[in-house]
Amino acid sequence: MVNLDFGTILVDWRMLAKGVAWTLRLTTASATGGLALGIGCAWARIHGPVWLKAVTGAYVELFRNTPFIVQLFFIFFGLPAAGFRLSPETASILAMVVNLGAYATEIIRAGIEATPRGQVEAALSLALSPVQTFFHVVLPPALRKIWPALVSQIIIVMLGSSVCGQISTEELSFAANLIQSRNFRAFEAFIVAALIYLALSIVLRRLLNWLGPRFLFGD
Amino acid sequence: MWVSRRVFSVGLAAVLSVIAAVEASGQTALDGIVRSKAVRIAVPTDFPPYGFVGSDMQPQGLDIDMARLIAGKLGATVELIPVTTSNRIPYLQTKKADLVISTLGKNPDREKVIDFTAAYSPFFIGVFAPKAMELKAPGALAGKSIAVTRGSVDDSELTKVAPSTAEIRRFEDNNATISAFVAGQTQTVATSAQVAAAMITKNPQLGAEYKFLLKDSPNFIGVGKGEDALRAKLNEIILAAKADGTLEALSRKWLGRSTGDLPE
Repeated sequence: MVNLDFGTILVDWRMLAKGVAWTLRLTTASATGGLALGIGCAWARIHGPVWLKAVTGAYVELFRNTPFIVQLFFIFFGLPAAGFRLSPETASILAMVVNLGAYATEIIRAGIEATPRGQVEAALSLALSPVQTFFHVVLPPALRKIWPALVSQIIIVMLGSSVCGQISTEELSFAANLIQSRNFRAFEAFIVAALIYLALSIVLRRLLNWLGPRFLFGD
Repeated sequence: MWVSRRVFSVGLAAVLSVIAAVEASGQTALDGIVRSKAVRIAVPTDFPPYGFVGSDMQPQGLDIDMARLIAGKLGATVELIPVTTSNRIPYLQTKKADLVISTLGKNPDREKVIDFTAAYSPFFIGVFAPKAMELKAPGALAGKSIAVTRGSVDDSELTKVAPSTAEIRRFEDNNATISAFVAGQTQTVATSAQVAAAMITKNPQLGAEYKFLLKDSPNFIGVGKGEDALRAKLNEIILAAKADGTLEALSRKWLGRSTGDLPE
């Protein structure tokens, strides 16, 4: 019979709380950065000059077709050889931003391309500049269309942050792993971690579904 | 709901086989080994010279030789299971391995969850840093970053003595710990002398050297809690190997030094 003892995990609640705080910090930073990067690259892939289209295309293909952990290791263990030394936390955020950015580019691009041509022509005929057209006419309805997909991608990236513990960023999985390596209660430690991730995902999804319409694309 | 007779009997067979499996796991590990003539041993593959993958892609090292020796004396074929520092004890607890020969040190926390045989090889842990750095005692780690493998004895010894202002960076396995130090991500590293020796040989440009001792910690074989029959059998094998010089030869072969005084 499995003998569960959650007390041994919960006495280390400070470690878990610190882990949750880091997971949230990583997610907030990467969601903000990734979304901005995604919008920029989506614009570049559609409206940019040919060379920029090629660069963003290569970026998207490179980061969507390699595993996240390899990107993370490359940034943390590889870049110091080229003279860029980043702390584990900065390296984690950077890896998550570029990873989310690549996926967000394609998701947002789909939304932009789904905007009817007539809408753009109407904006231009009202003498809006191309920049005004993009930010006020094209982007808001595009974001509204793809918001659920984007929210899912942000949650995937949040869950993916669990591998950042590999480079000693003290996020939630790192905390669970550290606790179980000290008291050998692996089952309980990961049950607790799984429940916290589940709660975080549900709350984050609701929060983003609430935030999006109010602040990004006013419904 | 209507269930056909065939579906029912397949389901019943499945349930019965699960029950049988649970029943079987109630037997002692030694019975299992004797019956199946195979022993599953958890070994390191990231820890030269104790356990590593050679150029022929085969695991080798002191722990691997020890595993083969034990299996031979038990009259069983050996199934080597590669484990990392942080998951070797869970492998034993979940009965995925019969015994762990994985540079395992003994401490009171571990003794609560698994049992240990007599020691079979020597091991010591220290802090290493570039020659230019003044570092004679744990107190000098204040304000410095130090890499260590999470969940290892290195980690618990370091955590005990390091000042609170030391920035301890914990990594998943020894490769990551060493890589972080070699890449300059941390200023110092706490690890075993053998791992450090390999690191220093491969990266002479670091100018790293031994600074101070964290713990002299010989290795033991770990068995599941309460597996007394298996433990007694293993102790018999270890003591015989000690008496006839086999352990001494293993230590000389892989570590280049004597076993010293091994506790029983």
